[in-house]
Amino acid sequence: MTTRYTTDHEYVRVEGKIGTIGISDYAQAQLGDIVFVELPAVGASLKKGDEAAVVESVKAASEIYSPVSGTVTEVNEALTDNPGLINSDPADGGWIFRVEMSDAAELDGLMDEAAYTDHTA
Amino acid sequence: MSMNAQGRPTAPAPETRPAASGPAALLPAEPLLFEIGDHDHSGVDLPDVEISDDRLGGLRRKAPLDLPGLTEPEAMRHYVRLSRRNYSIDSGMYPLGSCTMKHNPRLNEKMARLPGFADIHPLQPVSTVQGALMAMEQLSHWLMELTNTAAVALSPKAGAHGELCGMMAIKAAHEARGQGHRRIVLVPESAHGTNPATAAFLGYAVRSIDANENGTVDVAAVKAALSDDVAAIMLTNPNTCGLFESQIIEIAAAVHEAGAYFYCDGANFNAIMGVVRPGDLGIDAMHINLHKTFSTPHGGGGPGSGPVVLSEALAPHAPVPFVTRDGDSLGLAEHAGEGSLGRLTAFHGQMGMYIRALTYMLSHGADGLAQAARDAVLNANYLKARLDDLFTVPFDGQPVMHEVLFDDSFLKGSGISTLDFAKAMIDEGYHPMTMYFPLVVQGAMLIEPTESESLQTLDAFVETMRELAEDAKAGNVGRFAQAPMRAPLRRLDETRAARQPRLKYQPLAAAAE
Amino acid sequence: MRYLPHSAADREHMLGVIGAGSIDELFAPVPRSVLGTFSPDLPDHQPEFGVEAHMRALAGRNHAAGDGPFFIGAGAYRHHVPATVDHLIQRSEWLTAYTPYQPEISQGTLQMLFEFQTQVARLTGMEVANASMYDGSTATAEAVLMARRITRKNKVILSGGLHPHYRDTVVTYLSGEEGLQCLSPSPEGQGDIVDRIDDQTAAIVIQTPDFYGHLRNVSALADAAHEKGALLIVVVTEIVSLGLLEAPGALGADIVVAEGQSIGNPLTFGGPYVGLLACREKFVRQMPGRLCGETVDAEGQRGFVLTLSTREQHIRREKATSNICTNSGLCALAFSIHLSLLGEKGLTRLARLNHSRATALADALAGAGIEVLNRTFFNEMTVRLPQPAVPVVEALAAKGILAGVPVSRLEPGKPEVENLLVLAATELTTDADIAALVDGLKGELA
Repeated sequence: MTTRYTTDHEYVRVEGKIGTIGISDYAQAQLGDIVFVELPAVGASLKKGDEAAVVESVKAASEIYSPVSGTVTEVNEALTDNPGLINSDPADGGWIFRVEMSDAAELDGLMDEAAYTDHTA
Repeated sequence: MSMNAQGRPTAPAPETRPAASGPAALLPAEPLLFEIGDHDHSGVDLPDVEISDDRLGGLRRKAPLDLPGLTEPEAMRHYVRLSRRNYSIDSGMYPLGSCTMKHNPRLNEKMARLPGFADIHPLQPVSTVQGALMAMEQLSHWLMELTNTAAVALSPKAGAHGELCGMMAIKAAHEARGQGHRRIVLVPESAHGTNPATAAFLGYAVRSIDANENGTVDVAAVKAALSDDVAAIMLTNPNTCGLFESQIIEIAAAVHEAGAYFYCDGANFNAIMGVVRPGDLGIDAMHINLHKTFSTPHGGGGPGSGPVVLSEALAPHAPVPFVTRDGDSLGLAEHAGEGSLGRLTAFHGQMGMYIRALTYMLSHGADGLAQAARDAVLNANYLKARLDDLFTVPFDGQPVMHEVLFDDSFLKGSGISTLDFAKAMIDEGYHPMTMYFPLVVQGAMLIEPTESESLQTLDAFVETMRELAEDAKAGNVGRFAQAPMRAPLRRLDETRAARQPRLKYQPLAAAAE
Repeated sequence: MRYLPHSAADREHMLGVIGAGSIDELFAPVPRSVLGTFSPDLPDHQPEFGVEAHMRALAGRNHAAGDGPFFIGAGAYRHHVPATVDHLIQRSEWLTAYTPYQPEISQGTLQMLFEFQTQVARLTGMEVANASMYDGSTATAEAVLMARRITRKNKVILSGGLHPHYRDTVVTYLSGEEGLQCLSPSPEGQGDIVDRIDDQTAAIVIQTPDFYGHLRNVSALADAAHEKGALLIVVVTEIVSLGLLEAPGALGADIVVAEGQSIGNPLTFGGPYVGLLACREKFVRQMPGRLCGETVDAEGQRGFVLTLSTREQHIRREKATSNICTNSGLCALAFSIHLSLLGEKGLTRLARLNHSRATALADALAGAGIEVLNRTFFNEMTVRLPQPAVPVVEALAAKGILAGVPVSRLEPGKPEVENLLVLAATELTTDADIAALVDGLKGELA
């Protein structure tokens, strides 16, 4: 299992062909309390960089771009009632959606943990 | 993801409330109408008419209305008490940048209430409303004279509606010239949010233009962005950093040379009214917020009024209705002819605001309007001169116009945010300035004093702002993080409001379900 | 100049602090070629009495509705507004406050908006209402856009009974877009809107009482729309009617928009008015305009804030639900105060009184041999004259009687409506007014 990051603060955690996507702890801290999440539709086909979801704080709405191409297999319905999961547990309970990746090579263009830590330093 | 750097108010941890600053009897909390009203109370005496043969076709209401009523003394007390929980221009300085909180003369209100204006119907025969049409014609004349433009569309209901009107006229003009393929509108980052929202509403792709290090737009940046696909540029002048766009004439020329039009956001026209005519700068369309520049009241968020002046090129595409003249007789063109963008609203627009604005114009005269603009600019520069040693000015290349922009670098390392600073101003008796706008600087504080403030008021404001800034730099975080402490309420939990929206009153029993 | 506090000495002192020789120096960024290089054809400043004389002269050239018998409605109605309403809305704290962006010192406006939203939701029978729109016509256009966002379908059908100005406004808002169908005027209450609904339909828009005064069967239309996955938008231009008619929300409407002018707001030649927009709770994130919500402060005290702002232009910019930036605050306040004064009891009585006056008008017209097209109505109806309506209305206006609105003023170039006249009666319509109208009409038609 590996985790990769975009310069825009999305992460994708890879398990086989499935990538789980959310936003980094750094990003949730910058955004403040998340009050609403607009989830993608299951079955939607996404290209890398497509706008896939929106997370909203009180005074800001931020688009989440898919870090990889693929088909949405699952979305985190728990965020509908409890968007604060993104704040309290961004890496685990606060995941946003999962895709079945169509091009594993896309991961090579993303940052690993160390590079991302440097990026946000 | 896209990160938006705007303010994010959250509630601070509660701390013991200091002693109330005034007697509780002067600022009581007020229950909701639904907690004090009664279904059997009414403040209006009406005969109880029985209808034996109604013509309602069986559609008569069966469900109860569930609307509580108040008798007249109860209503008076409820709304007077509520009103006392509001700050207002009449009670103190309201330095909200870009919003232009100037004095609202009461003669305006008195004139708007004359039965000959307030009690006339928009669909009366035009022969019975000649005075109303004359008032509209006179207002149009003032607006065209002050802007040196060919036409004016009065009907837009507010500034954003005016933007829609102006951009629709531009779209119609392109289509009429076989240029309907133009899909791009250029908008600088510092623009009001309504600009990109309007362009996107009309199907345009919004392309942003960077400002230079002095906070204005370079003609070179515009030229680089122009192409055969650009329909228009939307530029605010004076801009939202409070600066006059000094290359605006060259920008207009470049835009026209590329076959595009120049939409000017006129939200800040109050800085130059009677001093500079936007038509001389080369603009094609500009809305004028009567509630900013011409003193019609803001009313807690409206109603606004946003007439749009139009250049010769756009005039044929103006919306209906508009006033027409045939000798001594005035009429109304109410139906769209060829080229007109159509109708933007029922009836003729915000007549009540036209009357107030015209009254204001006549009171000031051309000389007084110019002096008002000059005083507004003088006041903003005076605040800048007296504060810029303690506050940080992001763009210091030129005098400011009607408002002065600071950023939050003077707070760096203090642990105090722009929001905290603003809330502390409330405790000192001031409405805060505009915060986190424009987006081009970090932690923006945009201060617009307007021409209505006296030297004495400005000096008192300066003293307070200096004292706050010094205290912030001294690291007295508590005063800021806990503020406001002397307002009717402490900081409100906006996160809770957004996570569990409660948008109407529900009795306890229903709410518990 | 009475509105400008500075003396010449003040200005000198301030320029000294700034370090500028003159105010002109502060305009240095303005190109010299355009600075003060003109002399406008405009008068100089005047004393208050001079301005007042000018404005009174203009007002004096208008025939006010209260000057004689008056039967004009068609989307704006002459009702009595209690003196308390106008007194209260002129209080400084209501009149001269800005949008409540600083909730700690704007609780008056915010609580009022919360009460307003509750009143509108209850009156329309809907789950949520916003803090108001510009007016009924623009609210209708926004509702159409909202329905298209919700359903992700394009086709929208406007009933032939929709106010023609509202229809024209929707047409302008949707210019260049596909899918809008406007049905022909239906002065006799006819309509085939149900047959046109298909799977591609986002919404149908109906008005009740409609432009011609007919009451529409909302339930049947709701069922027909919902069967095809379309939304029903109900438009109400005479909000007093809901004191007597079933709330559209109780009959299946998905979005209700209304013109609120009738409650609390004078005619004022067409504006400012107050648009109402209410809908089902599940659509709230697709709503345009401001919303006020309840919360608590840091000490747990109840308070109110503007909320769900991420829908709006100042945050979403080009992705906002609408470019709207104001509501109709002061008109919403007038509406809310007047409705609080009325309460359930007062509004019910007011609505009954309106219907009763309209019934008297319809009977008097019919009694004079004039063809009334309505079998149902609330306080407004359409008559068919034996000759074009415009000259008749002009002739009566010359005699001080404002007899209604010729349909052709809003629907030009349509011979089938040339003889039609829409008339309204309200609580202010007296028996003497009706007698004067009927006599006048008889004279013109003879």
